[in-house]
Amino acid sequence: MSTEVIELEVDAEEHPIAPYIRMERMPHIWCPTCGIGTVLKCFVTALGQAKVDLNKVAVVSGIGCTGRVAGYVKLDGFHATHGRAIPFATGLKLGRPELLVTVFSGDGDLVGIGGNHFIHAARRNMDLLVILVNNFIYGMTGGQNAATTPLTAKTSTMPFGNFERPFNLPHLAASCGATYVARWTSLHIRRMTKAFKEAIQRKGFRFVEIITPCSTLYARLNKLGTGLDLLRSYHDNAEIRHGIDTRNLDIGFQDRIVCGKFIDEERPTYLDMMREHYTKTLGDKYLPMPPEGGWIHG
Amino acid sequence: MKADPAGVLTGTHYLDGDFACGEGAMAAGCRFVAGYPITPSTEVVERIARRFPRMGGIFIQMEDELASMAAVVGASWTGTKSMTVTSGPGFSLMMENIGLAAMMETPCVVVNVQRGGPSTGLPTMVGQADMMQARWGSHGDYAIIALSPCSPQEAFDLTIDAFNLSELYRVPVLMMMDECVGHMTEKVVIPPADRIEVVPRKLTDQSPEEFVPYKRNGNSVPEFARAGDGYKFHTTGLTHDERGYPIMSEDCQDKCVRCLVDKIRSNADKIARFDEEGTDGAEVVVVTYGITSRVARMGIDLARKKGVKVGVMRLIVVWPFPEKRIRQLAQKVKAFVVPEINYGQIVLEVERCAAGKARAIAVSHMGGGVHDPSKICKAIVEAAK
Repeated sequence: MSTEVIELEVDAEEHPIAPYIRMERMPHIWCPTCGIGTVLKCFVTALGQAKVDLNKVAVVSGIGCTGRVAGYVKLDGFHATHGRAIPFATGLKLGRPELLVTVFSGDGDLVGIGGNHFIHAARRNMDLLVILVNNFIYGMTGGQNAATTPLTAKTSTMPFGNFERPFNLPHLAASCGATYVARWTSLHIRRMTKAFKEAIQRKGFRFVEIITPCSTLYARLNKLGTGLDLLRSYHDNAEIRHGIDTRNLDIGFQDRIVCGKFIDEERPTYLDMMREHYTKTLGDKYLPMPPEGGWIHG
Repeated sequence: MKADPAGVLTGTHYLDGDFACGEGAMAAGCRFVAGYPITPSTEVVERIARRFPRMGGIFIQMEDELASMAAVVGASWTGTKSMTVTSGPGFSLMMENIGLAAMMETPCVVVNVQRGGPSTGLPTMVGQADMMQARWGSHGDYAIIALSPCSPQEAFDLTIDAFNLSELYRVPVLMMMDECVGHMTEKVVIPPADRIEVVPRKLTDQSPEEFVPYKRNGNSVPEFARAGDGYKFHTTGLTHDERGYPIMSEDCQDKCVRCLVDKIRSNADKIARFDEEGTDGAEVVVVTYGITSRVARMGIDLARKKGVKVGVMRLIVVWPFPEKRIRQLAQKVKAFVVPEINYGQIVLEVERCAAGKARAIAVSHMGGGVHDPSKICKAIVEAAK
């Protein structure tokens, strides 16, 4: 199979990311001023900048607004069940270790219903890039409370305001063993792209959280203006604190959002640990999974 | 093609059904297993965990059965033959992603070593009460294939068949073992690799430009491209067209569901497998499967001594159900007797297929043990009256 390293040529008439996108599926389903499209654009831009072989990239999404990403990228794209993007991606990675496997999904999917998988994949240092679009709410199902909804924010299932304490996601990821942890808002275009590029080039469980406006539900239910207003306010409320202790990253309602790169370390991945351990214990008898996958041709 | 010798432990062994099942998987070319421990199935993955590092396989113990099944579906999309192993409570959790595997048409094998239910039930004791769950357990309309071994030897043989069927039809194949067969130790003969026929993952030879992921002719099975070969395909659990793209319409739903079900339904006669003995001229036919088929043997012998003409039909493939044969037999016999370690599941299917031409009589054991053969005999004798 030929190697396809981009830079792809872009037609002057085309959108700059058209070579990475299933243009026949446009228009997408996202609302005007939703931030997901921007995150997607930054991700594929980073793939190009990192000169990744696009034949070896798989994107796995769960269910929800962000879950649709896997169907819009012109890559091997898997739209899995709700919450199960990470274990599905784990199977892809272990079944064919040479793949760059990216999980691209929302907060409800990855840390609501899928929270258990998230912490265990981080604990194992599974070699996955996890991009989490956090819009503080369940968007596609109609604005229900999320594990990320800030205290007092209104949602359709917390009509008098949320009284459940939300997750501090970078802290969750870091404490479970993630090797790369960053957070940006969806208006930090260059910094977000740079974070994706760095994360693509690292190994292990890499986690990037992007704070993104939900114009139709979160903005409306909380009377926060338009999606554009929200986009701007998240950006304006951002405080960049690289390397800060992740315990300080809680997000309050319309409060400051601490952004930056918090963790960037190198640790052996699940597959590194497995190979090293079996080599030590089994010696020559150990036969690792081939990079291109399990026995299929005999 | 022939099996990869690396996975074949040729020889004559004294193995329990769980170990034999694990050996069958490795012989079939399985190289990825994800699982979560649950009695009485865990020995299958324990066997595999010990042997996999020597043959290029990966076993991972996941955080739960939801994750195990999702990982199996993911791994299968790399072309690596994949399996998970569980028992009732875990089987319930796997239903979500068994549905995904069916929808995405992903070959994979799920082993359920059945114990008594419902809920936590009888963790260490036998049951056969997941047979309907195997057929209908995930939401929506789809079809699967389910096999039921009655001995450790068959646990080995049928696990290979399970993988082969999953490759041929691109469906999850369910190995519906039971605790007795799983924990029973008997002679198991594992032939040399060159005498084991395996169906490899057939990868499409079309170019990425011409390849359409779910294009098919009639009820055929679509060609398969794996992740990482440049096909850049999309697959989803949503209702999709032949490109794999989600389409929310009645028309697409109609086509999608028919494809998933009809590829099995239209081949049901080809897939169906059963042993039959003494059914010619029988007044009563015992329909049985798994460990119960061996217990029923004694009940049948007792009934024959009492002069009843009784035949037996042992199901090897349970789903798709051998409808046609039951219909034929129903024309000739007075009744079917269906002993099962549940409160009546497969007997309902027999009753449906018999369509009033012959009675279908359940002999239920609620689980925790096997039938008293004299009760099966009594049911046969009464059915013949």
